Amino acid sequence: MPRLLRELWRRPAGLVGSVVVVVLLVTAAVALFWTPQNPFTANPSIAWQGPSFAHLFGTDAIGSDIFSYLMAGSKTTVVVAALSALVAGLIGIALTALGSLTSHWVREPVAVLIDILIAFPILLIAMLLSAVFGGSLTVVIVSVGIGFGVNLARVARGEVRGVLGTDYVLAARASGAGPWRILIRHVLPNVAPVFIVQLSLAAAVAILAEAGLSFLGYGAPSSTASWGRLLSSLQRYITVHPWSVLWPGLTITITVLGLNLLGDALREATDPRLKESRGEKTRRAEWRRDRRRARAEVVR
Amino acid sequence: MTLTVTDLTIDIDGRTVVDRLSFTVADGARFGIIGESGSGKSLTALAVLGLLPDAATASGSIRLTVDGGVEIELLGLPDRELAHIRGSAIGMVFQEPRTALNPLRRVGRQIGEPLRIHDGLSKHEANARAIELAHEVLLPDPERLLRRYPHELSGGQRQRVAIAMAIACSPSLLIADEPTTALDVTIQAEILELFDELVDTTGASLIFVTHDLAVLAEVATDVVVLSHGRAVESGPVAEVMRAPQHPVTRSLIAAARATSWSPGASR
Repeated sequence: MPRLLRELWRRPAGLVGSVVVVVLLVTAAVALFWTPQNPFTANPSIAWQGPSFAHLFGTDAIGSDIFSYLMAGSKTTVVVAALSALVAGLIGIALTALGSLTSHWVREPVAVLIDILIAFPILLIAMLLSAVFGGSLTVVIVSVGIGFGVNLARVARGEVRGVLGTDYVLAARASGAGPWRILIRHVLPNVAPVFIVQLSLAAAVAILAEAGLSFLGYGAPSSTASWGRLLSSLQRYITVHPWSVLWPGLTITITVLGLNLLGDALREATDPRLKESRGEKTRRAEWRRDRRRARAEVVR
Repeated sequence: MTLTVTDLTIDIDGRTVVDRLSFTVADGARFGIIGESGSGKSLTALAVLGLLPDAATASGSIRLTVDGGVEIELLGLPDRELAHIRGSAIGMVFQEPRTALNPLRRVGRQIGEPLRIHDGLSKHEANARAIELAHEVLLPDPERLLRRYPHELSGGQRQRVAIAMAIACSPSLLIADEPTTALDVTIQAEILELFDELVDTTGASLIFVTHDLAVLAEVATDVVVLSHGRAVESGPVAEVMRAPQHPVTRSLIAAARATSWSPGASR
């Protein structure tokens, strides 16, 4: 594990992604107990104030503190992102297993089912569900979970079938490896990067979807702080107070970007083929040393 | 250990690719299967280990007689029981060393895998044994090399790793499916020499599958020539080469001469 972290932090994308995610998690944890102001207190006398020490990001139309509201909203974001990725992971793993490891008569129909499900966009699922059950965070989580789970299964299924057809799986079978050993030692490590990228994407899309659905009024109820809801309420005044809308917009953008970067970096860090080989590193070090020496010679 | 193949027939989607093939590999024999591509030689090798693709169906009989006189019918044996034989009684080396190793696992782990499966060795014991095996297949600097990933090794080194994996549990039969085809000529000679030595020292029987008679003549003593899934000729290699009966054999001999031609050598 420490090895993986070292690989991860060696990459700028991994470092930036980790920092963003850690900041998000810490903020959400702190917001559980404390925010600088109560994010739901209305105080019209101080509406539309600019950034100050008391109100870091200023205040909105009813005089609520934007910074505190964003902090409180981070809790929603973390819960939605984590649960969406979890649901997507469970659905994805189940469909992948059914679509790739079972007998011909099961896996081919499952492949068709995946292709049918993939035709439904996440937003459509979310609007269908919220039309029936009313808008809530559960609707967001379930719809992103289903949407990305199916997506994940489509990609991973092909990947698993591909790995099962490789020479090294044949060679492992020729050495007497049973189906479980092949699954754990050969298939999972080779497919894990796909899962990692897709799940980090699912988390990023979940954040966007929550913001988007809350923006449209299908997501978080008004008693729950949500970045999308804030963005939606502030954008009405964008021509009058353009800077205030910047804060939720930037927050959402940076968080989603961070998750995407982290996913990419994790994929690279788990694949030894993308690592610099040790031989190459020493060769490069030697080349640098030789060049330094040559330069020193010239100076003398 | 004796392997007796009788009337082996393999069909893929209703097409017969191996047709009533029979041969016997005696204890300690070096047996060659030769034929053009598509003649069914690789499928025959895979059939022995029960590793035919899902679409293929095989009939006939493949009997393995192990030391002590126990006879096992390999064809139609459940996968679970075949797994006990694969890698322990029969080892196999494949054609393409570039793809026959898992890119995400260190080569030492891969050499040790059959030992952990069949002999129940711990990770540590398997690693120690893997280093010994690496010495046996003449890999340079095994302690360091075994910690590398396949992509950090050359083609020849990878094939040596694959061979070490195949002989890890001291199988009494070694099957090599075109193990030198993907390598360049100098490495090819080294690998053939290695096979020669290993078979000599371990006393294992060898089934060597190839399309190259010049290669076959280096390692095998007996041969069966396949054409379109049928055995067209068989017998000791020297005899078959001296007096080829079938046009396919003659064309294989001509091809072998053409590739091993060198200036100044008498034709």
